This record gives sequence, C-alpha cells and structure tokens, in this order.
Amino acid sequence: MDAFLINVLNGLSWGMLLFLISMGLTTVFGVMGVLNFAHGSLFMLGAYICLQLMRWSGSFWIGLLLGPPVVAALSVFIERFLLRPLYDRDASFQLLLTFGVMLFLDDGVRILWGPAYHVVNPPEMLAGIVHIFSQSYPVYRIFLVILGPLVGIALWAFFTFTRWGKILRAAAMDRQMAEIIGVRVPILFTAVFAFGAWLAALGGALAAPHQSVGPAMGEHVIIESFIVVVIGGMGSFPGAFIGAIILGLLNSFGTTLMPNIHNALPYILLTVILLTRPKGLFGGET
Amino acid sequence: MKNLSALSVISVSLLLLFLLVAPVFLSTYWIITLTEILIMSLFAMSFNLLFGYTGLLSFGQAGFFGAGGYFAVLMLLHGPESLWAALAAAIVGSCILSIVIGWLCVRLDEIYFAILTLGFGMMLFTIAHNWRSVTGGSDGLGNFILPTVSFIHWRISLSHPKHFYFLVLAVTTLGAGLLWRVVRSPFGLLLRAARENSNRIDFVGANVRSVRLLAFVIAGVLAGIAGALFALFNRIASPEMLHWSFSGKAVLMTILGGSGVLIGPGVGAAIFFVLEHLITMFTTNWMIILGAILVVLVLIFPKGVLGSALNILSRKK
Repeated sequence: MDAFLINVLNGLSWGMLLFLISMGLTTVFGVMGVLNFAHGSLFMLGAYICLQLMRWSGSFWIGLLLGPPVVAALSVFIERFLLRPLYDRDASFQLLLTFGVMLFLDDGVRILWGPAYHVVNPPEMLAGIVHIFSQSYPVYRIFLVILGPLVGIALWAFFTFTRWGKILRAAAMDRQMAEIIGVRVPILFTAVFAFGAWLAALGGALAAPHQSVGPAMGEHVIIESFIVVVIGGMGSFPGAFIGAIILGLLNSFGTTLMPNIHNALPYILLTVILLTRPKGLFGGET
Repeated sequence: MKNLSALSVISVSLLLLFLLVAPVFLSTYWIITLTEILIMSLFAMSFNLLFGYTGLLSFGQAGFFGAGGYFAVLMLLHGPESLWAALAAAIVGSCILSIVIGWLCVRLDEIYFAILTLGFGMMLFTIAHNWRSVTGGSDGLGNFILPTVSFIHWRISLSHPKHFYFLVLAVTTLGAGLLWRVVRSPFGLLLRAARENSNRIDFVGANVRSVRLLAFVIAGVLAGIAGALFALFNRIASPEMLHWSFSGKAVLMTILGGSGVLIGPGVGAAIFFVLEHLITMFTTNWMIILGAILVVLVLIFPKGVLGSALNILSRKK
C-alpha cells in the first residue's frame, strides 16, 4: 500500500510538470494550429537558463522568476520572423520549421553548456525529505504535486474570467470570426506563442531540481507532451490536465510493475486513443 | 516542358553512368561514403512517396527501415546464409508490418498521421531495444557472416567495398525505377490527387484509404530493403535505426533535395553527407548548422535544392 501511494506521488509530480509543458503546447496548437516540435527545447532552455541564473545569483527563485521570460522573449523572435511567413502554407511545413529550430536549440545548448549533466539542488525551503506513509519522500516533489493544481486553477481562472483569456478562447474556437470582430490576430499569435514558451520554460525551471539537467531532456519531454496533448485532445485545457496525470502515473507504475515494456506503454496508449477517439478524450468540447 | 523532360532523361542517364564508373577512380573511403548515400537515398525516396506524392508526413519511417535490418540479420543468423534469403525476409517482414500499421494509420491525416506514425515507430523501437533475447537489446544484433553471392558461375564476396557498392547501386536503381513507374502510373496520379483534395477523390469513387495504404506499403517495403542493406553495410542492426530521430534524417534529406522531384531525396542525401563531411572538419556540433539550413530552406526554398534549380531552369525556357 505504501509503495502504491509513493508511486502515485511520483506519478503526480512528473505529471504536473508534464501538465505545464503540455498546456503551452496545446494552447499554441489550439489558437495557432501549429504543432511546435521545438517546445521540448524551450523546456530544456528554461531549465538551463534557470541553472545559469542560479549560478550567478545563488538563488533558485531568481532563476525561476527571470528564466522563463527570457525564453518567452526568444520565442517572440521565433514567431515573428520564422513562423509568421509560413501561416499560409501547409501545416507540415510549420512542423518542419519547428523541427529545424529544435535541432538548432538542442545543439546550441550543447555548445553553450557542454554535453554533461548538471545537478540542481532544490532551494533550502524545499530541500530535504519528509516522512509520509512510513516512508521518506523528497519535499520538492510534494511541492510540485501541490503547485501543479494551483497553476492549473490560475490558468483556468485566466482563461475564464479575464478579457485576454476570453479573447484567446474565442480565437481558438474560430480564428476568422475573432478577426472579424476586431481581435488583432497577429499580435495575439505572438503573445500566445510567447505564453506557450513561458509555460514550457517554467516547467523546465521547475524540473531542474526534480531531475538532472542535460542536453537530452528536451527530446525526451517533447514526445511525452505530444502524447499528453493527443490523449487529452489537441487544444483542450482539461484534456492536457487529465492526459498529463495519466501519463505521469503510467510512467511511475509502469517502471515498477512492467519494467520490460514500460517504455512502450505511452505509445500503446497513444495509438489506442488515436484509433478509437481521434480527437482525444476531451476533443471537440473546447 | 518537353525540353525539361528530355533534360531530365539525359541528366539521370549521366548520373547513372557516373555512379557506374565512379568506383574506378574513387578511393575506398569515398566508395564507402557513396554506398551509404545510395542506401539513405532509397530510404529517403521511400519516405517521399508518402510525403511529396501523397501528402502524408510520416515520422515513423525509420521503424520499417530498422525492422527490415533486423529481419535480414535474424535470417542470416538463424536461416540460410544467403543474401536473397535475407532480403526476402526484410521484404516480407516489412510488408506485413506496413500492412498492419498502415491499415491503422491511413485513417488519419496531417498532424494526426505524423504523430500516429511516430507512435508506431517508437513502439517498434522499444521492441528492438527491450526484447534482449531476440534483438540483443541496446547492443544491437551483429556477429553474422556476410553472405557471398553466386552470380552465374562466380562467387562474389560482399565484404569487398566495391562489390557491396554495386549491389547497393543495383538495388537502389531498381527501387528508384519502381518508384518512377508508380508515380507515373494512374495510381500515382491518384496519390497526388488525394494529396491535393482527398474529399474529391472520395466523391469520384476512389477509396482514399486503400490508395494511401498501398502507397504506405510500397514505402514501407522499400524502407525495409534499404534498412536490410544498411544493416549489412554496418555489419549490425541496432535500435537507433528505428528511433524517430532517424526518421527525421529522411525528412531532412527530402527537404534538402526537394520533395517534388523523384530523385530529390537522393540528391538531398548526397548534400547531407557532403555537408556533414565538410562541417565536422571544423566543429563536432554540426546539427546546429543543419537546423539553421533546414529553417532557411523551409522559409525560402521549400522546393529544396534540386526543385529550386529545376524551377530556375524551366523559367528560362
């Protein structure tokens, strides 16, 4: 029973990180129709810039606060100069462009910070372990499990109650109609892409003390967040939440219960969902 | 236009002639590189039957490529030591796999198709990576004896780079010829029509799914053959051959060369290797430059190097 609960906590803490990343991916897809292959690289960049700011300032919180806006600023450049000329073209070309950006960023990180893995210690407040279920468990993971739903509620409130949130949902539902009633879509697109990148980088900065920071972390996470977004339904916010929890739990339980095939489990789930409900669990009810 | 097709016949013949006589004056190093380019050309052209001609972006093509490699090596290890048996195993194996996977994948298109093929490709990757007793796990499957080929009354050893080169040249030329027949046939016309407007194809009475499935299977089998050659070439079948980043290579080569021309991906493969060779002389981080090149190509030359060159030529006429 204790092992079961520990697995649940492990699954939820990774699931909450996945949720942040997938939330950005799904918002960008929902509003802009762009599936961003470089999203995992932005996540990784968030982790590295947080690490760098931590080295300079000595505080994790400064990295967490200032790192994601840096990545968001970079993504404004990507959207404005690279993606914008491609909106009229086939969706495959947007995917290919972000694939190129991914190769560029992944290798760029390797040049700047080297191929080695870095360990980031959680801030003092969240370091150490607590005793729950007669086992010791890292505080930081519990922090993630609590933080995830809080961020989720904040995003939900933003999308439901604020003017910007409503504009975003309107644009996600019907881009042309939003444009006709006076939403300035080009600026909206830039903002949405930067917002998605900010979420990815926030996930990356929060992931830094959770796992080691290395040049392969983006490649790993992009596939998992693709799966989350597809399972939940592309463009669906509750879908991203449920999908992330499912994938997080699948990860933690798969590793302990089915170590031989646990790598394949997310892909099996993905294909089953795509073939039975192509629009995902929450698709079509944005 | 007529001039252009005459031009393409002449240039393809010249290319073939060059490839036939190249081993006479090239060093062994370049023969080996050329062999790899030809194998990757076949792989990238198989991908492009789906991408360029059918409009389906597959991110799982490496799954069939790698599976073909494993089937061939498994045949050599457990069956007769014959090249033909190994190739037959790769063809039959990748054909069955692509029928099953394709049957499921062609229900979706655009981004959903890309992700579904990625998922299946990674499932095959996980099988190759984790089923240690059969596939050797992450070490891959090697330690097989390269078969000799009986031709009329000669026995030809494939371990000689030149001999292997001519085998690859023959297979790749046959594969390209087959693809040329396919895209020139009424079926090829249907493929392009399905790319442009799949609803209309349904309305005129053709079945889009079965048209796409047939293209998927042809592409899967050709990728499997290329994978078998690649495994023999490297003396090992390894899980990396099935990883999605390997599928990404086919994507890159196709975009480099041009997706609108049949041999575009082959030209892309050649450019890919030459670039890799040149750039790694200066830096080991050549992916950053490749990423930048891909971005520029997608933005400015979406038809690739060969496609853009042909565009300029036809404009002059």
